Amino acid sequence: MTRAPANRALLDVRNLRVEFPTRRGNLVAVDDISFHIDPGEVLGVVGESGAGKSLTGAAIIGLLDPPGRIAGGEVLLEGRRIDNLGYEQMRRIRGREIGAIFQDPLTSLNPLYTIGRQLVETIQTHLDMNAAQARAHAVKLLQEVGIPAADRRIDHYPHQFSGGMRQRVVIALALCANPRLVIADEPTTALDVSIQAQIITLLKRLCREHGTAVMLVTHDMGVIAETADRVAVMYAGRIAEIGPVRDVIKQPKHPYTVGLMGSIPKITRRDERLAQIDGSMPRLNAIPPGCAFNPRCPRVFARCHVERPDLIDVERSRVACWLYDEESPRLRAAGDE
Amino acid sequence: MSEMTPQAEQPILVARNLARYFDVSRPWLNRVIEGQPRLILKAVDGVDFAIRRGETLSLVGESGCGKSTVARLVVGLYRPSKGSIAFEGVDLASLNSRAKMQPVRRRFQMIFQDPYASLNPRWRVADIIAEPIRAHRILTDRAQIRRRVDELLRFVGLSPADGEKFPHEFSGGQRQRISIARALSSNPDFLVCDEPTSALDVSVQAQILNLMKELQRELGLTYLFISHNLAVVYHISDRVGVMYLGRLVELADVEALFAQPQHPYTRMLLDAIPDLEMSGRPRTPVAGEVPNPLNPPSGCAFHPRCPYANERCKRERPEFKPAPAGGMVACHAVEERRLPEARAVDPPVLPA
Repeated sequence: MTRAPANRALLDVRNLRVEFPTRRGNLVAVDDISFHIDPGEVLGVVGESGAGKSLTGAAIIGLLDPPGRIAGGEVLLEGRRIDNLGYEQMRRIRGREIGAIFQDPLTSLNPLYTIGRQLVETIQTHLDMNAAQARAHAVKLLQEVGIPAADRRIDHYPHQFSGGMRQRVVIALALCANPRLVIADEPTTALDVSIQAQIITLLKRLCREHGTAVMLVTHDMGVIAETADRVAVMYAGRIAEIGPVRDVIKQPKHPYTVGLMGSIPKITRRDERLAQIDGSMPRLNAIPPGCAFNPRCPRVFARCHVERPDLIDVERSRVACWLYDEESPRLRAAGDE
Repeated sequence: MSEMTPQAEQPILVARNLARYFDVSRPWLNRVIEGQPRLILKAVDGVDFAIRRGETLSLVGESGCGKSTVARLVVGLYRPSKGSIAFEGVDLASLNSRAKMQPVRRRFQMIFQDPYASLNPRWRVADIIAEPIRAHRILTDRAQIRRRVDELLRFVGLSPADGEKFPHEFSGGQRQRISIARALSSNPDFLVCDEPTSALDVSVQAQILNLMKELQRELGLTYLFISHNLAVVYHISDRVGVMYLGRLVELADVEALFAQPQHPYTRMLLDAIPDLEMSGRPRTPVAGEVPNPLNPPSGCAFHPRCPYANERCKRERPEFKPAPAGGMVACHAVEERRLPEARAVDPPVLPA
């Protein structure tokens, strides 16, 4: 039910697989994942470090660091394959059709150029404007992202801005060619809570106004709850659960999502103990057979050790867990005990 | 935890008018040639608090508010520029010789934020944990030390066999368990925890927070807990202090602070927490940013961002004193009772 027809989706990722070849064999960091993003939709991708969420984003915009490579599957943007494009073709898509926002605003801005020069360069690369028009457009963008005295600030260097203001500049840079999709990788993680709220509000407002779809990669469920329409929960390179944000947060289905939600301290309830998931996520070279979550899962049964679950439709979500498979009760009765 | 705190007891640690200034001036020659003045950064500027035995006092605030500097002052990594810290009534500044210092030093330990940086990568875990035991000469016999290390490892949820490994063989959460075992090895009563879970994933954070609470119950530990995460602070603390630009602006019992925050800054911070319950509560972003601490605003340092600031706030710095509704607050508006009921904060006007 969450699976829209592929021709309507803005971004369609099918069976994407990202590998890192090493001397001891291939490490599979993203393992056969599929999802789509509709126009104007905010898809949250959440998971703990090493779950493969940032690599998924990097693979989509063609910025995987070697030796990482796409080893299988395809990525379609408005029905057109973009995972097999050459460097130059991809460079034109990046910025023009897909914008990117990264965690640390200092690394996405060139410290040697004024922010105006960086904005104008990006605008002129993608849009047909002369220098004066591009500069006017840049000032307008800076005003839009809430930079006070934008016409003066445009000639300042990145170090002259605070962290929150820098992230606003990065957002302006990502949106300057009016892309259809923005990939935001932990855009607020490096910021203080008060600034984080400002940036999230800004990102939400701008994307709604421009009709931009967002793939929001973060480890922070709070940010997802406030921003996303749908959310994909990743674990060990796979999607464990994907569905409408309210369903996933309020009624998580996958035991991992249940544990994850329980382990977040909340300000509305004060428990003596937090629910905890014992152990930690397996390393890429030691992913257990069957379901990767089985060593930590409180509801594990025989089938989980042997067969790897694929996403199964459960209500409005899709969940990769054998608990929700019709075959399981029978197998369980026969196999266990 | 309050029922466990013995009644009417002297606090374990008292900080009085604690301050730490850093000289961040340009080099002497530049100052002379370019005619620049000295620049003093007041990282912590007059902070008062007392920690009762067996409780957890948390300090929260945004980056640069001085909370980590307080932690470092308390454990003695920095010397206070002004003010004093007394541990069980003994002024730490009076402990001027190693012989006087050591018995006190043994009793408080620190857990750092980054478990990747705080463990020596060339040492085996058993040696890392045994270091305080050896440094304080608590045990000298090798076999005894070994037994104690094994016990500590089991205590924090690792196995004695892990002692033979090196830090890189462990995940972030396990490393933080090693840090905790090391901190506990000298039998301290008091632990200073500087963002101990900020570098960890949330499922691992839950494990560490649960472990810290269990240890506190079993060993009667006292914690000074530093964090920027209000939800974590709510979970772990008995009392909470909110810091802004080197000063405490509010200090209260955890339930009171979260149910009825007094200071406008505390209210804004609480409003900025993401709404995980999806109750539809609009998240009110705090307007503006933390000012440059080298050049703090006059009067109340929060006044440029405060929706309730008036002339007096710009002129006169509010004193940190008991508030009408309980707790300690540094705010003219609270004192003059011209704030609306707590929680009913009007959305401040946003620059964006």
